[in-house]
Amino acid sequence: MTVPLTLLGLLEREPSHGYELKRDYDAYFGRGKQLPFGQVYATLARLARDGLVTAGDAEPGGGPDRKRYAITDAGKGNVEAWLTEPVEPEPHLQTILFAKVVLALMLGRSAEAYLDTQRSAHLQRMRELTELKRTGSLVDTLLADHALFHLEADLRWIDTTSGRLKALAELVDNS
Amino acid sequence: MNAVSLPAEPGTRGYLIAAQDVVKSFGQTPALRGANVSVCPGEIVAVMGPSGSGKSTLLHCLAGIFKPDQGEVWFDGQRLDELGETKRTQLRRTAFGFVFQFGQLVPELGAADNIALPLLLNRASRKAAYKQAASWLPRLGLDGLGARRTGELSGGEAQRVALARALVTRPKLLFADEPTGSLDSLTGEKVMDLLVDTAREEGTTVVLVTHDARVAAYAEREVMVRDGRVTTPAGAGAERS
Repeated sequence: MTVPLTLLGLLEREPSHGYELKRDYDAYFGRGKQLPFGQVYATLARLARDGLVTAGDAEPGGGPDRKRYAITDAGKGNVEAWLTEPVEPEPHLQTILFAKVVLALMLGRSAEAYLDTQRSAHLQRMRELTELKRTGSLVDTLLADHALFHLEADLRWIDTTSGRLKALAELVDNS
Repeated sequence: MNAVSLPAEPGTRGYLIAAQDVVKSFGQTPALRGANVSVCPGEIVAVMGPSGSGKSTLLHCLAGIFKPDQGEVWFDGQRLDELGETKRTQLRRTAFGFVFQFGQLVPELGAADNIALPLLLNRASRKAAYKQAASWLPRLGLDGLGARRTGELSGGEAQRVALARALVTRPKLLFADEPTGSLDSLTGEKVMDLLVDTAREEGTTVVLVTHDARVAAYAEREVMVRDGRVTTPAGAGAERS
């Protein structure tokens, strides 16, 4: 998660205090990992320094909590660019899974046993995410869906590789 | 990997259903080469494996549809594979429920007729059968659809009728073979939610055959069928990728 751009996006809705930004960030984006207050204010300070937000005068009471932050036109431009540009599709060609399979074959160990163990670990995580979907909120469901589809893609790779182990072993032996 | 080992007498050790060293061939083609699996009462177990691995044959052997060439199948403390066809049929009607990829409903009949059918076959009175069938409609989100011909239902609705039909006899064991295989992702999810919810409410044991990991994730554990044998990983809790 890109914290500065996300906070900037939250500010585009309306000017907000740091604690309001933290509350909304945690509610939507901070699943299992809340944003520390220190990081919120450090990020807001950097955004202000770069001219992407402005900090209002401290309101009565003092302390960083009392400043209201507003997004600038430059900040809106950054949010607009971020939301319209696609994320770089990552091919993940050199994953740890791939490395382990090839190394296992090179070292004469059972790559199939490793893949079976990995499949089981993936399925266990998928069970946890499925339970989260069944008991959690819609936001939990959307996030769990995303993780589940990625895990499913890994599993497909695991199953396909399992079927190609003999050919891969011959390749590794002959190289 | 290790074969799933069973105690010598699975029928007496708390398993609801178990296969021990089951061998089954079709002509010269072996489908199961000594399969072992056991399922405890109330468990939901996914049977996974690639196409042609033998997972559907294993389900058919467990359900008493196929008789193994060798090995034993135990259900609720008795040898299922030693029962005659009549008794196995009776068991399938009373103790087992089935859901398949394509609901295999009678398209000319209404949803309630299809749900009531197993009870009528078990000689329940028409009134009692339809009362039971009607009670399942709201549980599966089928309110108002009892009179609808199943040929006129959507895929998800038809599969929910199939689920109700499978559970209406309150079976001890539900066999589900790719129950969402013909459905889109969201519709399949709803069917699986209902399947798991109702199975847990009823205390029904479920053997779920699927090649789909997201469906298998609804189960409490999985077993893999590969080349006619049941395997399980040697270790668990490996690091995440």
